[in-house]
Amino acid sequence: MRHPAPPAATGAYEDDLALLVTGRPRPGRWIAVLAAAFAAVWLAWTVIVNPNLHWDIVAKYQFDGVILEGLWVTVQLTLISQVVGIVIGVVVAVMQLSDSPVLRTTAGAYTWFFRGTPLLVQLIFWFNLALLFPEISIGIPFDGPKLVSWQSNTLITGFVAALLGLSINEGAYMSEIVRAGIQSVDPGQREAGASLGMSNLRILTRVVLPQAMRVIIPPFGNQFISMLKTTSLVSVIAGADLMTVSQHLYLANFEVIALLIVASIWYLVLTTIASIAQHAVERRFNPAAAPPPLYRRVLGNLRPGRGPKKPAAAKQAARQPEKSVEKSTKSAKSAKGETR
Amino acid sequence: MSTTLSKPPTDEVILSARGVRKRFGELEVLCGIDLEVRAGEVLCVIGPSGSGKSTLLRCFNHLEKIDAGRIEVNGELVGYEPYGSAGRLRERRPRDIRHQRERIGMVFQRFHLFPHRTALQNVMEGPTVVKRRPRGEVESRARELLDRVGLADRADHYPAQLSGGQQQRVAIARALAMDPTLMLFDEPTSALDPELVGEVLGVMRDLARSGMTMVVVTHEMGFAREVADRVVFMDRGAVVEAGSPADVFTAPRHDRTRAFLSTVL
Ligand SMILES: Nc1ncnc2c1ncn2[C@@H]1O[C@H](COP(=O)(O)OP(=O)(O)OP(=O)(O)O)[C@@H](O)[C@H]1O
Ligand SMILES: [Mg+2]
Repeated sequence: MRHPAPPAATGAYEDDLALLVTGRPRPGRWIAVLAAAFAAVWLAWTVIVNPNLHWDIVAKYQFDGVILEGLWVTVQLTLISQVVGIVIGVVVAVMQLSDSPVLRTTAGAYTWFFRGTPLLVQLIFWFNLALLFPEISIGIPFDGPKLVSWQSNTLITGFVAALLGLSINEGAYMSEIVRAGIQSVDPGQREAGASLGMSNLRILTRVVLPQAMRVIIPPFGNQFISMLKTTSLVSVIAGADLMTVSQHLYLANFEVIALLIVASIWYLVLTTIASIAQHAVERRFNPAAAPPPLYRRVLGNLRPGRGPKKPAAAKQAARQPEKSVEKSTKSAKSAKGETR
Repeated sequence: MSTTLSKPPTDEVILSARGVRKRFGELEVLCGIDLEVRAGEVLCVIGPSGSGKSTLLRCFNHLEKIDAGRIEVNGELVGYEPYGSAGRLRERRPRDIRHQRERIGMVFQRFHLFPHRTALQNVMEGPTVVKRRPRGEVESRARELLDRVGLADRADHYPAQLSGGQQQRVAIARALAMDPTLMLFDEPTSALDPELVGEVLGVMRDLARSGMTMVVVTHEMGFAREVADRVVFMDRGAVVEAGSPADVFTAPRHDRTRAFLSTVL
């Protein structure tokens, strides 16, 4: 339970107390740290001095033009499919929560199918769409006249198939995340919006989704980071991403490990940036709940008797709805709220 | 305190309900409700828990569908329109329902302020988003309303930074910002600490005095007695007794009313 922050002077007061209260020394922690550090150094050393690992090759390819192009494709694939995935996710989540059984079933079937089959299969399927539909056209259905039509093979390039596969799959996962977020918002909020004459769409965008963000953002961050690496699957359909180009390179020069390291370094760079961004965003949407950064946690745990300090922003947690407003005065009757 | 702003003398009917029925599955929650509220009148609805007071109120702005009967606000059927012959009704288009709701303010037991917006933004939300009025104009009116409920200095606070009583007063201002012709209150003080009840009732009293037409579901018998023009006692989905506060409180005609009053007074 959070207590309402006492006014102003908190900071100084806390520090005074900290001077008085000192924790017990924790030798166990120091031993664990030393052991872990030793293991890490030893492992790194065996890798670094390993003559089979060609660091010069790694260095040569790390900023190679081909690799950088692949990196750019990976970034594009991630961003575009994540954005499309969000849009699909919101639409499907809303369908799933609608009154219409048709919409609910459609949405359910979508999530069921695309979460239930391997992404790898889906990617290969989209890439080979031409086998099923040699021609894609817009016009009257059932052999009616066509307005425009394309050869599937020219339309569905590796990149397009990758985007289709990734975003449609991502949409299925996002829809569940968004649904949970929407359901976390008090139904009274929708009624308040409705009583002002707001349309369902307005209620969704101005009232429900902004509040759902608090629940949506953390798993969304995971999805995004996972997407950065999942894009590597598109190497099976010649997606031209970072993994594909690395593969092409090592198939030519047999420097398998070196090029995998090159790719991994880039993936680590991307995921690190994403984690930092995730943190910043989480903090903005829910300052109280976001854990402090890793280095602060580590340092905090090592200092005797001091847990990691709550970020100062936590005091501003005020933006979040408080449950404490539900104080009952009229014994039995107010215990049962007026929303059902 | 005296009567500079007394109620306009008029018999214009603002709200009328005839034979309103509502069931949730097997349970008949409203079994034929008849009511009338005239312009400037304050109607207090009292009754035991589960008697259907909230449901009735929610039917008045079509947050709840009804199974039979007619509800008219400002002479217009709420939520339904005539369809075909023999007095049949069908639900209106969503857009029409929204327009009807714009003119019916609602205040909830648990406030339901938008927690991600400041007090001022809460009050401005309806007029700017629904009515698409220019911001500047809406803002000055919103500040006026906050001033009226005694919260001019809290305009930039978020709901979580306000006490329950303050939140409920913002909620009242938010409803008033739509210029409603009818205000519905569903136990507006039931979620409040006892010491905060007075400030909300005070605002409602002023509102009543300014001539607002109000339907108030409440357990505050003192308020009902003082402010209501008429009191309705509901039990098990029916209006058992209706009349002036003096009649209902001091000379109840039905046993059930007497029994209820003896538990709450
Ligand atoms: N959505 C719903 N689904 C099923 N039953 C409902 C629903 N809403 C209300 N009810 C039932 O209808 C009856 C009337 O409820 P209502 O909330 O209108 O009573 P109330 O008079 O407002 O009571 P209180 O004083 O406790 O607020 C209750 O028995 C309640 O359980
Ligand atoms: Mg109720």
